[in-house]
Amino acid sequence: MNNEIAKPENLVYTKTPVLNDVPMHYCPGCSHGVVHKLIAEVIDEMGIQETAIGIAPVGCAVFAYKYIEIDWQQAAHGRAPALATAIKRLMPNKTVFTYQGDGDLAAIGTAETIHACNRGENIAIIFINNGIYGMTGGQMAPTTLEGMKTSTCPYGRNPEINGYPLNITKLVAELEGTRYVTRQAVHTVAAVRKAKKAIRKAFEYSMEGKGTSFVEIVSTCNSGWKLSPVQSNKWMEENMFKAYPLGDFKDR
Amino acid sequence: MAKFKGTVVVNVERCKGCELCVAACPSGVLGMSHHANTKGYNYAQMINEDACIGCASCGYVCPDGCLTIYKQKYE
Repeated sequence: MNNEIAKPENLVYTKTPVLNDVPMHYCPGCSHGVVHKLIAEVIDEMGIQETAIGIAPVGCAVFAYKYIEIDWQQAAHGRAPALATAIKRLMPNKTVFTYQGDGDLAAIGTAETIHACNRGENIAIIFINNGIYGMTGGQMAPTTLEGMKTSTCPYGRNPEINGYPLNITKLVAELEGTRYVTRQAVHTVAAVRKAKKAIRKAFEYSMEGKGTSFVEIVSTCNSGWKLSPVQSNKWMEENMFKAYPLGDFKDR
Repeated sequence: MAKFKGTVVVNVERCKGCELCVAACPSGVLGMSHHANTKGYNYAQMINEDACIGCASCGYVCPDGCLTIYKQKYE
C-alpha cells in the first residue's frame, strides 16, 4: 500500500532543498535543527536564496553555514549584529539576518545586540534561547533560570551570587529602533507553524526598512539539560515558559 | 465521508533517533526500529501503517528533515 500513496502528486511535506544533505552535527532532538529547517523553508518560499545573507554565530550554530545553501559570514563571538549592520548598509537590497544563541547574543554580544536594535538596523535577529552554554559543556548562561542546575552552578543558579536571568527580548522591545519583537518555541506542531510565520515576518520587515526584527526562539538543549529530547520539551514547557512567556512584544 | 490515508518515508541514514516524531504523531503510527543505521542510531519507522492520516505532524517537528509525508484521499 505504501508504494501506492508515495507518489509525487500526493506529497504533503518534505525537506526543502535549501537545507542541504550534509548531516547536521547537532545532538539528536536539538531545536537548532528545527529552526534551521524553518529558516530554509522561509527562504525557499520567499524565493530569496540568491539574495539572503546569514551571519553565523559562535556556539553550536557556528556551522549553520554548512547546512543552509545561502551566503554566510561568520562573526566573532557576539559580534554578529555589528557584521550584519555593515553588510546591510553596504548591500541594502539583500536580506540580512543573524542567527545567535543566548551565550552569544545575551552575554558577550549584549552591547552589539542592544546598539544594533537601538540604531534600528534593517536586519532580522534570530535568537535561540536554551538557558545554557550548550557547546562548551553546559555552563551557566545569563538566561539560565533561577535554581536551574548547570555545570558551573551544580546546586542551581542562586540570584544572590549569580544574579537574575536576563530577559533580553523584553529589553530590546523597549528600544525605539525595533519594529518586531516576538518570542516563539518549536516544541509542538502548532508552535513550529507560528515560529515559521514569525521568521517570515521578520525577513519581510527587514526588507521594508523600518527597523530591527527580533525573533527569540525558546529552545531545548537536551544534552546540556541531561534529559531526553521528549523530556526536554516537557521541561521547557513547565519551567522555561514561566520565565520566558511566548508571544509578541511589539509589532508595528 | 472522505478519508485520508498517509504514509511516511524515513531517510534512515539522516535520522538520529530523537523520537520527537513518535511523540508528535496523533495516531501512534511511528515507533523506533530495533535496527541501527550506520551512525548507530535506532531510526524511526512506521509501526502502525494503517493509522497514518498524512497530517505531517512528524515532519514539522523533525529537527533533521528526515521525513517525507504523502497523503491520498479515499471516497
